[in-house]
Amino acid sequence: MSLTESEYDALTKRYSQNSKPWINVPKAFLIGGGICALGQGLIEGYTRLGLPADLASGACSMTLVVLSALCTGLGIYDQIARHAGAGTLVPITGFANAMVSPALEFKSEGLILGTGAKMFAIAGPVLVYGISASVLYGLIRFLFGQA
Amino acid sequence: MALKRGKQTYLFQHPAAIRSFAAIGSKREGEGPLGEFFDTIDPDSTFGQKSWERAESRLHHDTVELAVKKAGLSYADLDCLLAGDLLNQCIGATFGVRELGIPYLGIYGACSNMAEGLLLSAFLAESGLRYLGVSTASHFCTAERQYRFPLEYGGQRTPTSQWTVTGGGAVVVAGATAQTPDQAGPWIQAAAIGTIEDKGIKDAANMGAAMAPAAAATILGFLSDTGTTPEDYDLILTGDLGQVGSDLLYELAIREGVDLRSRHTDCGLLIYDRDRQDVHAGGSGCGCCASVLCSYILPSLREGRVKRVLFAATGALLSPTSTQQGESIPSIAHAVCLTSRKEDLPWN
Repeated sequence: MSLTESEYDALTKRYSQNSKPWINVPKAFLIGGGICALGQGLIEGYTRLGLPADLASGACSMTLVVLSALCTGLGIYDQIARHAGAGTLVPITGFANAMVSPALEFKSEGLILGTGAKMFAIAGPVLVYGISASVLYGLIRFLFGQA
Repeated sequence: MALKRGKQTYLFQHPAAIRSFAAIGSKREGEGPLGEFFDTIDPDSTFGQKSWERAESRLHHDTVELAVKKAGLSYADLDCLLAGDLLNQCIGATFGVRELGIPYLGIYGACSNMAEGLLLSAFLAESGLRYLGVSTASHFCTAERQYRFPLEYGGQRTPTSQWTVTGGGAVVVAGATAQTPDQAGPWIQAAAIGTIEDKGIKDAANMGAAMAPAAAATILGFLSDTGTTPEDYDLILTGDLGQVGSDLLYELAIREGVDLRSRHTDCGLLIYDRDRQDVHAGGSGCGCCASVLCSYILPSLREGRVKRVLFAATGALLSPTSTQQGESIPSIAHAVCLTSRKEDLPWN
């Protein structure tokens, strides 16, 4: 076959169907927006129960994380995410799912080398670079910003 | 002695006969168009085991057990068992058959395992071995956790991705010295050993595109070596190219002046109903072509509903490490020519 790699690449693109953004984007918007609306409802609820605003936000995040972990364990989360895409990935529920799913999956390799070690397989990079970025940001503020 | 023809093809002077075959699948395979033809469909994809890897091993064990039983033989009658799978160090196969006591050769050609196994068994039969077993299987859950994400992780699959078959197939091959005077087929008449092809595809979610050049090279090589055309076969069957890979195969072949469309189909397109079963571009995995072959194609050959099949299964020779390191995906395809009757040869 005399085809070059770039010719074959062009051919592949021609026959490989793309995702359908006109379906995926609205679904992500609606389901992701739904999760955010639920979060807002939780904050309102916790505030009415007498929690100050900052604690209500924390309690909301915790509730969403627990709900996401529960749905992951029950095998529901991936079914929703199949449709929602970024709608379930971007909110904090996505982070919880990324921690819980490997923890469950690798239980068969034991609690130490399986669950313990593999729990961060997907979310680990987010932690590493998220924390690094916040340290860097703090340093910049410390050195150049107003205290 | 097998006769070499052309670059990579061998014609067997004393062709091996496929004496028995067995296919096992799980829920999704049972719900597919070929579900009714499987020997066993177990809706429980754990197959009663405590890990997915053990479940895959169980598939190997059970298909070999069933094929040997259907052949009316015992494990001690087998001179050699050739088996392989997709797991690291091929533990699916070895752990599955470790207690059977059959002389064993492990093979790895990724999803081309079934074709590689049949090819090797035919050569070994030609060299005097009597009975040989070939077994390959794959499991959706072991493949996902090795190559992709945890099962419960909420990700989206791309339209070009394929669904790993939870299933397996095993055959018992009889060499010339073990054949009866009224030996039934199918017969392994010829084989082409594939070359590794790499056209620079790096997207591990588009295996069909990565493997189509290998399929084209081996199929066109076999046709050219034997001086035959696609019309000399009832069926040219690839393993798990899926829709994208099949389209690309036609395109590659037509550029070489060969039109495969009228004769070609792909096991990855046969095993699932893509409109109904949400498998995107089709089925994949070692168990895909193995189970389609053993459930549907080999029985059709035995009953004479199809006479000549060129079976060319492809394998993507990547690993999770090579993908992460940004390497392209080398692929291979091996082919065997199967006929319903011993004397019916597509070539002169």
